[in-house]
This record gives sequence, structure tokens and C-alpha cells, in this order.
Amino acid sequence: MSTAQPVTVRPPLSGEPFLSVEDLKVHFPTDDGLVKSVDGLTFSVRPGEIVGIVGESGSGKSVTAQAILGLHKGSRAQVSGHIWLGGRDLVAATENEMRQVRGDDVAMIFQDPLSSLHPFYSVGDQIAEAYRVHNKVSAKDARTRTVEMLEKVGIPNASSRYDDSPHQFSGGMRQRAMIAMALICKPRLLIADEPTTALDVTVQAQILELIKELRDELDSAVILITHDLGVVAETCDQVVVMYGGQCVEKGPVDQLFDQPEMPYTWGLLGSMPRMDRVRATRLLPIAGSPPSLINVPKGCVFNPRCRYSDRVEGRKCFTVHPALEPSTPEHEVRCHIPPAERQQILLTEIRPNL
Amino acid sequence: MTTTAPSSAAAQPATSSAPLLEVTDVQKWFPGRSKGLLSRTGNPVKAVDGVSFTVHEGETLGLVGESGCGKSTTGRVVSKLIEPTGGAIRFQGRDISGLSRRAMRPLRREVQMIFQDPYSSLNPRQTIGTIVGTPFRIQGQKPEGGVKKAVQGLMERVGLNPEHYNRYPHEFSGGQRQRIGIARALALRPKLIVCDEPVSALDVSVQAQVVNLLEDLQSEFGLAYVFIAHDLSVVRHISDRVAVMYLGKIMEITDRDSLYESPMHPYTHALLSAVPIPDPAVESRRERILLTGDLPSPSSPPSGCVFHTRCPKYRTELSDSQREHCRTTQPVLEEKRPGHQVYCHFPQVRTDLIDGQPGPVRTTGPKTA
Ligand SMILES: Nc1ncnc2c1ncn2[C@@H]1O[C@H](COP(=O)(O)OP(=O)(O)OP(=O)(O)O)[C@@H](O)[C@H]1O
Ligand SMILES: Nc1ncnc2c1ncn2[C@@H]1O[C@H](COP(=O)(O)OP(=O)(O)OP(=O)(O)O)[C@@H](O)[C@H]1O
Ligand code: SF4
Ligand SMILES: [Mg+2]
Ligand SMILES: [Mg+2]
Repeated sequence: MSTAQPVTVRPPLSGEPFLSVEDLKVHFPTDDGLVKSVDGLTFSVRPGEIVGIVGESGSGKSVTAQAILGLHKGSRAQVSGHIWLGGRDLVAATENEMRQVRGDDVAMIFQDPLSSLHPFYSVGDQIAEAYRVHNKVSAKDARTRTVEMLEKVGIPNASSRYDDSPHQFSGGMRQRAMIAMALICKPRLLIADEPTTALDVTVQAQILELIKELRDELDSAVILITHDLGVVAETCDQVVVMYGGQCVEKGPVDQLFDQPEMPYTWGLLGSMPRMDRVRATRLLPIAGSPPSLINVPKGCVFNPRCRYSDRVEGRKCFTVHPALEPSTPEHEVRCHIPPAERQQILLTEIRPNL
Repeated sequence: MTTTAPSSAAAQPATSSAPLLEVTDVQKWFPGRSKGLLSRTGNPVKAVDGVSFTVHEGETLGLVGESGCGKSTTGRVVSKLIEPTGGAIRFQGRDISGLSRRAMRPLRREVQMIFQDPYSSLNPRQTIGTIVGTPFRIQGQKPEGGVKKAVQGLMERVGLNPEHYNRYPHEFSGGQRQRIGIARALALRPKLIVCDEPVSALDVSVQAQVVNLLEDLQSEFGLAYVFIAHDLSVVRHISDRVAVMYLGKIMEITDRDSLYESPMHPYTHALLSAVPIPDPAVESRRERILLTGDLPSPSSPPSGCVFHTRCPKYRTELSDSQREHCRTTQPVLEEKRPGHQVYCHFPQVRTDLIDGQPGPVRTTGPKTA
């Protein structure tokens, strides 16, 4: 059987984005100072597209998701910029309007499943209830649909587990129940914040499969937040790399893995062990620690940890904040090193060690 | 055989030296929970049910498998934090499974454990100095120069600032807390450390720092590790040999590269196929073997081969009489190729699971005859 492998790479999507985040800033006033958790983030997601957001702990991934859902409204957080969803700006929307958006268009899978399941009601009823809020159906139909959905996310004997309360489910099962709740309303935008981090690989594979199915069936837009670059490679079409509240590199998944150009992305790829490689050398952690979000480094946010800032003339890395600029039409990078030189460094210094 | 140095297959421990740790047919059953209102004691939970493996000095054995398959329980039995229900644990040739607490005490310093959760495994009300110094006090040891000096030396060794001696755990990041746990485990210069998911809660970059630290300490002190993790990429990086567990039993055990490049058990096949690889070009040509259903309950494991209820091979490839065999007869973990033990009636080498392309089958033994 030597037929060519079927090409599973999807053609690039054209068309208008369903979600457009423009120059988003989310700042928290605290006793220690203003925490700039998200500081000028721009990206968009088209229908049928899965966009991965990666970056180290504390880089602002969850705060971004919360902002899209309007969860900072009514708090002390200062949110500015635009979040365009199907033509309207959610930054300006009221809490009431947001509640409607959250039900109709946008669903979220949270990192911690217990936070979104009520401990006293049965898992099945909670999912059926979510379904009935947005669909005029009888209780019986909602139950049938819920059982179908629970089966789909891999809960064995779904009809007999329907009446279980959340604590009778294992951690992995709760996560799956929550995914069922998010998917049952057929959201046009699904935001999944580390949906599989707590799960083992076999369950993770099932869940990622489900998310792709949702995208294929309904042409939904998906934002997948994760720190697992393997998950990104497998699932996403586009990738946004975040560092210190900013996007430092973004582009189509193949370009990002094949031609990464930002020193932080290099560091991320280098620090990760690879299952598909015979072990050669030590892992290469990124030296130093994450930046303060209160006293954000002047110039490039990554400069205190960057090994390449001496390649840039006039100490620009320490004085001028680099702009996110296209390297190819689809691929944008925030770094002062000229594109040709970055590619040279990638070829001669980075690739051999990856 | 001969005295030639072992080749690059360092995984094959020199057969002449006795293993540091030898675990034979170990079981750990927990009393069953009474079920529902008609309170009757249920079947025992067979968390670990007949596990055998060896660990040599300076070697790392990786232990992988789905949540609930018995990895932590195995680790806790081996470190004698809990007593096995059956089987033998030999440490440096001596059976320690039946030893009393007292008789165990001098041995305790030889085997230490590092726990998964850097947040809950440290007492929040104790300073780092107290936490790392505890093993000295428990063992009644007076290190040269005093406990404080020894503790600060350990802190320095694992990359913590010794001046932070009087700080509390909440003042440290996740990676730093994991280092505190490592310093505590190192205090008594053990020979074996059971690491239970030591990097699972950490960011990739911090994870890389901790993995490198564990490797440095291993070469410095000749430590052996039992490294429990569900991240198969980290396990490939750090282990010399790897054991795959399912429902309290070992399904497959062999040297690292054979396990990843020519795995023989259908469960290992499914596990490896499920790990996403950070390379979209490779990802798009790999086969993904999805397991259906949940892990069966360890209090009523399936008959015959414990994996048969979820085995893709059983479901799609075997004849009726072969299936009958899987359902009724327990396989045993036995050597199917040199140095490669498998618990399966119908093992089969697969070489295409990781990069999506059938590759040459690696031989496991030394290449020179
Ligand atoms: N309500 C808040 N008040 C002040 N600071 C906050 C608040 N919420 C988040 N932060 C800070 O904002 C930064 C970004 O947090 P965020 O939760 O978005 O990180 P993340 O990228 O999701 O990280 P992780 O991978 O650990 O989940 C962190 O430094 C966090 O401490
Ligand atoms: N003290 C106990 N009493 C009863 N059952 C237990 C006890 N400890 C563990 N078990 C059960 O034994 C089985 C194995 O548990 P164990 O913690 O060893 O799994 P694990 O492989 O470490 O899983 P994970 O990857 O989730 O940490 C599980 O079914 C668990 O519920
Ligand atoms: S701008 Fe300078 S400091 Fe920032 S990543 Fe590029 S080279 Fe490094
Ligand atoms: Mg987060
Ligand atoms: Mg465990």
C-alpha cells in the first residue's frame, strides 16, 4: 500500500473574521501598581478556524479570554481597545448584552471544571438546562440530546450517569461533561482555556477530536489556549505566541513551526522535549524569569532574557519597543533583528539544536 | 557474557551487577468501599496487581500510563510509604517488604520520594530551612557543620538562594517549590528517588530547568530514579528504560528507544499515537488510535487480558478464537524480543506511530555480536 497519504491540511480560509481583537489592553490597578496583563493585543479568528494562543504562565492568555467573554465588566480592570464580534464591539457592550452574547454566540471551556458545574444538581440536568435556555424544546428532548452529547464526549453509560452529581464523576469525566455543556449550544465561537491540560493523552486525543468536529460541522471559530505546542501543531490553523501581555509572533501553524523567527519562540521550542527524537542533548531552558507586568521592561519585553539582543545595533532592544511587523504577508514578528538575519540565525544556530 | 562495555544501549543494565531495586509480583489492594445504602463491602481495589521490575544503580526507569492505572501507588509501595499486600521488594539484595518500621529506618534514607504537587506537598507554616532540614532531624543525624549549613548547601545545589533559608513556601514560584522538594529528598544522600510527576505542574521552560537539575544530580551522586509521569515526551528524554502500566499491571517494559520506536503492546501503540508532536508536517501523516470508553474499575478488572475491553486489536483484527483466548486467559509479562517484555497474546512491532512512517526496526541488543 504505497498510495500517497491523504492531505489533511486545510486550505487557508479567506472571508471575514468572526472575532477581531484590536489593540486590546487589560490593566489591573493593584496596591503594588498597575498590572498590565494584556497590553496591546491584536488578532482575529475566522469562522471554521482554530487559533492557538501559547505562551508561558502569566503571559495573559486567560485574561484575554476573560476579556472576550466580558468577565472583567464590573471589576476594577481597565479594558480598552476593541473586541469585534460579528460586527459589534464587545468592549463597549453592557453586562446584560454580554450575558446574551455568552449564551448565543460564545461558549467557554474553563481550565477548572468544578468552577462551572454546580455541586448540588445532576450533571445531566445542568447540561439540559443550558440547552433549553437557548432552544425551545421539551424537557424530554433536552434529556435525549444531553445523553447523546455525553456519549459523544466519551462518558460511558451516559443515560445511567445522567443523574449523577458532579462529585460522582472523576476529574476527567467532569472536564468532558463541561465540554459537552459548551458544545451542546453549538457556539459560533468556542474559547477553550487549557481544556486538556489535566487529562491524560488518550482522553486528550478524544477531546481535541470533538473540538475539530464542532469546527467541521458548524464552521465555528475556536480559540484554543494551551502551553502544549504538540496540541497546537495537531489542532490549530493559526498561532498567536504571547509574552508579557503582548503578541510577539503570529502566523499560520506550519510557518510558525517551520520558520519561527522570534527569540522567545525559539526558546519555547528549544525547552521542550520531543517524543519523536532520539535523545541527543540537554533541554535548553530559557534563562531568567518572566517579566514584571508592573515595571514592564523598556524596549522589547523579552530583552532581559534574550540571547540575541547584541545583534541589534545601538542597543535598540533596550530603548525602542519593536512593532509587530510582517515577515511574510501572513507571518508577523515583534523583533528588531532584520528578517533576513533572523532566518540566518534560525538556520545556523537554532535549527541544529531543536 | 563478556566484559565488553555495554554499547549505546545503556538501557541494558550490565547483567553482572545485582539490581539496586528488585520488585517481584507486588500487589497493593485497598479495601473496597461499601456501596450505596445496602452497605456491603465491595471488592478490593486492586490498585497494583502483580508488578515486577528492576532498577539498577544510576538508572532511570520511567513509569507511564493513564490516570488511575496505579503509578503513584507503585511509587508509594516502593518507597515503603505504604505496605504491599503481596510480593517482594528487594533493595540492594535484601527483602524489605516485611520489615518493621524500626528495621526499616536505616534503609529509609536510601529511598526518597518527590511529590507531584509543589503546592500541597510543602507545609505552608514551615520555613524552607525547616522543611529541607526535617530528614536530618527524623533520622537523628548531625551533619558536619550543623543542619543549617547542610541545608544551605543543598539549597545552593538545587539552584535556590541560601539566603532564603527563612522564607515560607508561598514566597516561591512553582519551579522553586519543586526544587525545595528535591533538596529535601536529597538531604540524606539516597540511592533511589521516586519522582511522582515532578514536572507535570510546571511551565515548559521551568520544566526544562528541573529536568536538567535531576539529570545533573543523577550523574553527580549516581542516583537511580523511578520517574512517574503522564507526559511521554519528558519520559523519553529522561529515562533509560520505560514501563507502561494499565489497570495495576505492567503491559510492556523495555529500553527507552525500543519502547518509542518499536513498541509491541496495543496499549502502548494507542498511547504513543495519542501524543501530539509539535510539527504540523509530521502530525498530518500520523495515525491516531483512539481508545474508546474509560479505564475499567480496578475493583472488578476484566477477565483474561485486562486490556481486552478497550483493545483496538481485539476489536478489529483478531479472529473469534483468538478473541476467546484474550477473554479467558491472562497473558504474562514475558520477553518477546531480547530485553523487551510484553503482556499480550498477540504482540506486534509497530514502527510508524511516532513519525507516521514505517522505519527500520531497531534492534535492542548490542550491535556487535
Ligand atoms: N484580577 C487580577 N488582578 C491583578 N492581576 C491579575 C488579575 N488577573 C490576572 N492577573 C495577572 O495577570 C497576568 C496574566 O494572567 P493570566 O491568567 O492571563 O495568565 P495565563 O497566561 O493564563 O497563565 P497560565 O498559563 O498560568 O494560566 C498574571 O501575572 C496574573 O497574575
Ligand atoms: N487509599 C486508597 N484507597 C482506595 N483506593 C485507592 C487508594 N489510593 C489509590 N486508590 C485507587 O487505586 C487506583 C490507582 O491509583 P493511583 O493513584 O496509583 O493512580 P495513578 O496511576 O497515580 O493515577 P494519576 O495519573 O491520576 O496520578 C485508582 O483507582 C485509585 O482510585
Ligand atoms: S527585539 Fe531584541 S530583545 Fe527582543 S527578541 Fe528581538 S533580539 Fe531579542
Ligand atoms: Mg491561564
Ligand atoms: Mg498519581
